[in-house]
Amino acid sequence: MSRIDVRKTYKLYIGGAFPRSESSYTYEVLDSKGKFVANAALASRKDARDAVGAARKAFGGWSSRTAYNRAQIIYRIAEVMEDRRPQFVQAVSQSEGLSAAKAGGVVDEAIDRLVWYAGWADKITQVVGNANPVAGPFFNLSTPEPTGVVAVLAPQDSSLLGLVSVVAPVIVTGNTTVVVSSYERPLPAVTFAEVLATSDVPGGVVNILTGSAATVGPWLAAHMDVNAIDLTGIAGDAGLAADLEVAAADNLKRVRRAPAAEPDWLLDPGLEPMTAFLETKTVWHPIGV
Amino acid sequence: MPFEYAPALESRAIVDIKPSYGLFVDGQFVEGHGTPFKTISPATEEVLAEVAEADEADIDAAVKVARRAYDRVWSRMPGRERAKYLYRIARIIQERSRELAVLESLDNGKPIKESRDVDVPTVAAHFFYYAGWADKLEYAGRGDDPQPLGVAAQVIPWNFPLLMLAWKVAPALACGNTVVLKPAETTPLTALLFAEICQQADLPPGVVNIVTGAGATGQALVGHPGVDKVAFTGSTEVGKAIARSVAGTHKRVTLELGGKAANIVFDDAPIDQAVEGIVDGIFFNQGHVCCAGSRLLVQESIVDDLLERLKSRMSTLRMGDPLDKNTDIGAINSGEQLKRIRELSEVGDAEGAERWEVACDLPTKGFWFPPTLFTGVSQAHRIAREEIFGPVLSVLTFRTPAEALEKANNTPYGLSAGVWTDKGSLILKMASSLRAGVVWANTFNKFDPTSPFGGYKESGYGREGGRHGLEAYLK
Repeated sequence: MSRIDVRKTYKLYIGGAFPRSESSYTYEVLDSKGKFVANAALASRKDARDAVGAARKAFGGWSSRTAYNRAQIIYRIAEVMEDRRPQFVQAVSQSEGLSAAKAGGVVDEAIDRLVWYAGWADKITQVVGNANPVAGPFFNLSTPEPTGVVAVLAPQDSSLLGLVSVVAPVIVTGNTTVVVSSYERPLPAVTFAEVLATSDVPGGVVNILTGSAATVGPWLAAHMDVNAIDLTGIAGDAGLAADLEVAAADNLKRVRRAPAAEPDWLLDPGLEPMTAFLETKTVWHPIGV
Repeated sequence: MPFEYAPALESRAIVDIKPSYGLFVDGQFVEGHGTPFKTISPATEEVLAEVAEADEADIDAAVKVARRAYDRVWSRMPGRERAKYLYRIARIIQERSRELAVLESLDNGKPIKESRDVDVPTVAAHFFYYAGWADKLEYAGRGDDPQPLGVAAQVIPWNFPLLMLAWKVAPALACGNTVVLKPAETTPLTALLFAEICQQADLPPGVVNIVTGAGATGQALVGHPGVDKVAFTGSTEVGKAIARSVAGTHKRVTLELGGKAANIVFDDAPIDQAVEGIVDGIFFNQGHVCCAGSRLLVQESIVDDLLERLKSRMSTLRMGDPLDKNTDIGAINSGEQLKRIRELSEVGDAEGAERWEVACDLPTKGFWFPPTLFTGVSQAHRIAREEIFGPVLSVLTFRTPAEALEKANNTPYGLSAGVWTDKGSLILKMASSLRAGVVWANTFNKFDPTSPFGGYKESGYGREGGRHGLEAYLK
């Protein structure tokens, strides 16, 4: 008789722990052929609130780490992903219906993207900051600082490469985040959370909610302790995007708008995914008095 | 014994104020179709001129003109040619600087020494700075071929009428955009004089359009579907309304909004410099400054000494005719603003804070409020939380740097902050932990075209000034 396999329970990732949804709701996740794979936790409003609380709590520590240290931790995420590469290939293949070879290519890109972003941690300040030659005896320096707690609606189609491409640029600069995964393809995000939990990323820096961006997104967009929101995950839904932008205006969240269609994740991301969630601080001091 | 000063009035003969002004559209002054309104001198309530109000059709016409100028002329012009127009404008501003300063003081109520020595020179400097960017945009760190956005709708406040115009118009034009700008309804005159300067510079028609009016005019402009970019400086409340109104559109937005800046004085601060900085921080421009240091946080051990020196210094401030060269404090910009300052100050009394104000005779005409400070203020008091936008300082105390930070950051705003101490490492610690876009250490209220300005949190988003200021007008 063949062995009965032990299946995994897919849960949320909040504050470094893996709770079920407080609502106890789950939803069926199907593979690309429509076959049942697992029941994923269906994140609720209260889960979103808990995740924001965890992200806020983690912000002070994470944003004051040295850039070098954040670089090492992001690189460590890449290392651990590489170590678990077969698992990710299987998850992406199952979620996105790709052949093993193509899924392998996607996983490689995702890992390489993390490596790319890891290097940015201690370079972005030099690229987007500058000394300002003011017309007077003053030292004057502008430097980027993280915006704070950033809500990220992760892309619906690209369940791993897309996810990494919206999460890494947010955290590498010192923000903390609450991520809503792809609704239909949430499982790579949960596996990614397990990598984060074992990669020296402090609890609360990344919180991952599986569920519906349309349901959880409005709570995050309206939450007064969220400083910014990335609407990539509702690409193409102009009506919902406009509603979330209206809600985000209540505390003037920085909004990365929803594109008309999900981007090509293989393109060079450029600086914008990072600069969208950076503030510029300018410090003045007199010289010679 | 008080030191007597003889009057030293700047002549207003240099300014030729017309009885009425139209809108500036397509390089010419045209009639508006709304209800004309009067602009007054807040120091005397004298009517200075009647100004046209732009209605929706006027806005539509101005936006279309700006679009045509963008498509046919300005976006196609090589950067080095755009630069020369901006240099011309900068030069004419310098040439007509006294005229601009007198007009600004008349219409706004600010002292001539501020309009003459701060506002207008900084305006010219701003045009000079961005003129030089126009043919160097590919070196701004935004890619090899950065492109303008199109037509910019710009709405500016009454506290620095001409300077805010410069902050908006100079970078927009340098990047190849055309603009439709609405000055505040209480201070339209220097913007209309700027329109004449554009004519003198032979700026192609339609590149700069100036439409006057109040809130409804601004809403029509910001909401116009032909606008690609909205730039607003003003209250956080209106800023939020703008953010809502552009939701779901392609319009890019920058917002420079309110503040409630902490000015933090440690016990080892250079005390007399700090007193000057506190005075400059809250009484400069009658406190009509979004980045004003309106919350003074003093380390407990020096509060008595500091307040004694501060009151003594405040008592030497000269308040009166904005055109008198010895005037330190001018008029409150409008009756409406005076009402708000009075109301919030009365709330301060009612909530138990202790009011102290400079003893001085206020002019009988015009809008005036004496330099005022409140002690015994707690963080819960409205005068410690809400932007008063007037010459009113709330004094709070702290014991440790951690407490100072906690209190300073305890606000939805995040525009600016001040730190006074002789200890360098403490300055850097505070500067890096304050959640504010501008931190002045051992100085306050300094501005420069090369230096980015703008807020964190509900003080808005985007930066004006410096290389960072280009981002608002490029894609």
